[in-house]
Amino acid sequence: MIEIQNVRKSFGELEVLKGIDLTVQRGEVVTVIGGSGSGKSTLLTCINGLEPIDSGRITIDGTEVHAKSTNLNKLRRKVGIVFQQWNAFPHLTVLENVTLAPRKVLGMAKAEAEAIAEKQLRHVGLGDKLTTYPSRLSGGQQQRMAIARALAMSPDYMLFDEVTSALDPQLVGEVLETLKMLAEEGMTMICVTHEMGFARDVSKRVAFFHQGIMAEIGAPDQLFGDPQHPETQKFLANVR
Amino acid sequence: MFNYTFQWNQAFNRLPQMLDGALVTMEIAILSMALGIALAILLTVFRLSGSRPLMAFATTWVEIARNTPALFQIYMAHFGVASFGIHFSPFVSILIGITFNNAGYLTENFRGALKAIPDTQGRAGRSLGLTQLQSFRYIIAPQMLRISFLPMTNQMVWAILMTSLGVTVGMNSDLYGVTQDLNALTFRTFELFALAAVIFYLITKTITLGGRLIAARLFRY
Repeated sequence: MIEIQNVRKSFGELEVLKGIDLTVQRGEVVTVIGGSGSGKSTLLTCINGLEPIDSGRITIDGTEVHAKSTNLNKLRRKVGIVFQQWNAFPHLTVLENVTLAPRKVLGMAKAEAEAIAEKQLRHVGLGDKLTTYPSRLSGGQQQRMAIARALAMSPDYMLFDEVTSALDPQLVGEVLETLKMLAEEGMTMICVTHEMGFARDVSKRVAFFHQGIMAEIGAPDQLFGDPQHPETQKFLANVR
Repeated sequence: MFNYTFQWNQAFNRLPQMLDGALVTMEIAILSMALGIALAILLTVFRLSGSRPLMAFATTWVEIARNTPALFQIYMAHFGVASFGIHFSPFVSILIGITFNNAGYLTENFRGALKAIPDTQGRAGRSLGLTQLQSFRYIIAPQMLRISFLPMTNQMVWAILMTSLGVTVGMNSDLYGVTQDLNALTFRTFELFALAAVIFYLITKTITLGGRLIAARLFRY
């Protein structure tokens, strides 16, 4: 379970998170929507400790992420994150991209790591690209590789930060399909996204962020069908 | 028009001595590169350390190495330090001088290479649970190597050519020093130095081409 309690975070003068509360249960898929600068991506990087927070608490299965005693490297094995820019490691083949962390972080033997990596890569439809370098892949394929790379660590939670925003429109579908598949398999996911159709189909709950505040959260039917907050109404009217 | 009879035999007869000199030249260049790379890594760490004295030390080094004549740097390593009662052999002085120069240029190369790699690479590594050191070792460093590899071969060429400055501090066992001594013996100035130039050319060309071959094998992405 991920528990976010009254989290505040500023970059200099700018307060990007103004007291966020959110609890995500195991097996739940929560999507976060909202305009640029609403703080939704920052929240994800705070959840896996890539960014410090100013106040509040984030706990993952009871472990406080920002406590000094917390071993973040260890915690991050539980929480995979995939970014808008997929950050493929260009000097490694697709297979090596995926085996790096299992080998170096989990200390797995090469053969074992490769078996897991192959399984994950097949899962996301890249079984025939194992020895290819990322530069030969399309953006969608690189993004799917990044997803397989995170999955190879067998995380309990996955965070997706606008993973389709940097893709050419015709490549968005293949990545969303991959996310849907994960959701159906029961992965616990928090997805920041601009894909409203995806949010509606896949999530159990949808949260709307506005200027650092979670203005509204609810089941997709409710939030899309009958938004309560005026900012949600405005936002949805514009994206439709 | 001019009255000079070429006597190429005089030069070719001395080829074995000159090739022995070429070995010394390569020895200096290789040593100065190995030491230069090690020092450049250290200076790069200094620059990233955030400590003012260390950063100032590294910056001063780089500034002097890149903005003063190589000859000056070699002079200081020999006659300069002699003023303080420190006496190095010509071999050691030329090695120090070229190493100093190499380290300065390479530090700047490494800085450029580091800047060329997006921050998000290290972040992606961290997010997979790699430590900062592991991220650097497995993600950043290999990419830096690719970016700075060809500039490093250039610096190696430059190191070979800089060894010729050794004659000014009394070096006479390297290719240029040997040629200089033979010239004093035979006065076949043009032939000897032309031959030396060809040897220099062949060495540096081999380095450049070899570097490209290695790069092509090493960096397939």
